Amino acid sequence: MTSAKEEKTHALPFSKEIKHRLGGETITLCYQCGTCASSCPVAKITERFNPREVIKQSLLGDRQAILSGEAIWLCCSCYNCQERCPQKVEIADVIYALRNIAIKKGNIPNIYSEFAAGLMSEGRIVPISKFLEKKRVDYGLPPLKPTGLDALKKILSCTGFDRIWQKKEEAS
Amino acid sequence: MTTYALFLGCTIPARQPHYELSARKVLPKLGIELVDLENMTCCAPPPLQSIDLETSLAIAAYNVCLAEEADLSIVTLCTGCFESLAIANTMLKENEKLKERVNKILSSAGKEFKGTKDVKHYLQVLLSDVGLDRLKKETSKDLSKLKVASFSGCHALRPSHLLKFDDSERPRIFDSLIEALGSKSIWYRNKLKCCGGLLRGYADDVALAIAREKIVNTTKAGADCIVTLCPFCFLTLDLGQMLIKTTFHEEYNMPILHYTELLSLALGIDSKELALDFHKIRLDKVLNKIS
Repeated sequence: MTSAKEEKTHALPFSKEIKHRLGGETITLCYQCGTCASSCPVAKITERFNPREVIKQSLLGDRQAILSGEAIWLCCSCYNCQERCPQKVEIADVIYALRNIAIKKGNIPNIYSEFAAGLMSEGRIVPISKFLEKKRVDYGLPPLKPTGLDALKKILSCTGFDRIWQKKEEAS
Repeated sequence: MTTYALFLGCTIPARQPHYELSARKVLPKLGIELVDLENMTCCAPPPLQSIDLETSLAIAAYNVCLAEEADLSIVTLCTGCFESLAIANTMLKENEKLKERVNKILSSAGKEFKGTKDVKHYLQVLLSDVGLDRLKKETSKDLSKLKVASFSGCHALRPSHLLKFDDSERPRIFDSLIEALGSKSIWYRNKLKCCGGLLRGYADDVALAIAREKIVNTTKAGADCIVTLCPFCFLTLDLGQMLIKTTFHEEYNMPILHYTELLSLALGIDSKELALDFHKIRLDKVLNKIS
């Protein structure tokens, strides 16, 4: 179910929709100098990702291309661009905001689904194997304390995270 | 003796017990007591931030709340956990509106973020609570022949205005802690650049190419080993060398150690007690240079 607030933001131009989201607030400060691209370890390796281009396309309102393309998933979240941006555009956070919007639309890469599944079932994104539980005893490591799964589930239900996940389950 | 709530996170207990083991052996020797709290969860690192930033902030804040209730500050081993928790802690302390927004979510789980405690990386604890002079005194082995390429990873340093850890372009803390043990911290090309680890699982080819650069640059600089802080950097560089061998047909055999392992060895803890068989790349080259 789409809330009234979501419908309202969806009707906005793409740059404003991003600006209204957590992480996306600084996008409109960008003046396209390219300091980000020259600081980016991924852009040095491949033409498939260029942070300046991602920001430009988003500002120009190319919603569909950005949300269904692979570029936003190729940021390695190293924050080098963000650290150096002369305009204080929080580039890595803007990319998180773009990913958040893409995922709400149902575009979630498999690796992220796996992490979300682990979080929702065990409170950990990487499950502990029986082998390692036994090894802990051999090494004299203390038993792991239980995770706060009940509290976590309440948080996930409150923010709607669990519903994002349900949608994905229904789609697959 | 100073006491902290140890935040272990997911990757270390699931994949790298050797990191935890060395930390639990060596930190108490230096007067740092570690307390394991119940009900902690995943820290909500970048993969979860990618799904939903608001939820991730609330999960991180929830974990800080548990430490507040226990009247303890948090210490982390994993740099990813440090980043998630420290960013949330700083943001909520500095932004009243955001704190209110997150507290509304936390109230559903019966929690309230108050902003009374710190989230520290264990290097900060070593520097402030133990100090370089004591570290020098406690070192019982000779590491002077060892040339170390320190690699702090990204999330100990950046975003610097929220982590408040070290200068992001000219960091000194990690290198000073390596040199306090008598080993030499060497310079190498692109030292502060990412290892590519977070792209593993989505774009393995790109991740491996970035990791390879790190291994090549440290090899060219004549390093005996790379010392890391983050379990993801460790995995990317240690297991990564196996993948570099099959993909690029290149063999480097560059040992990768966590700083707590180097610290344990420097303080005279027997290498047999450290579960070093969890390393893919053997550490003989390093162990032979410590006497």
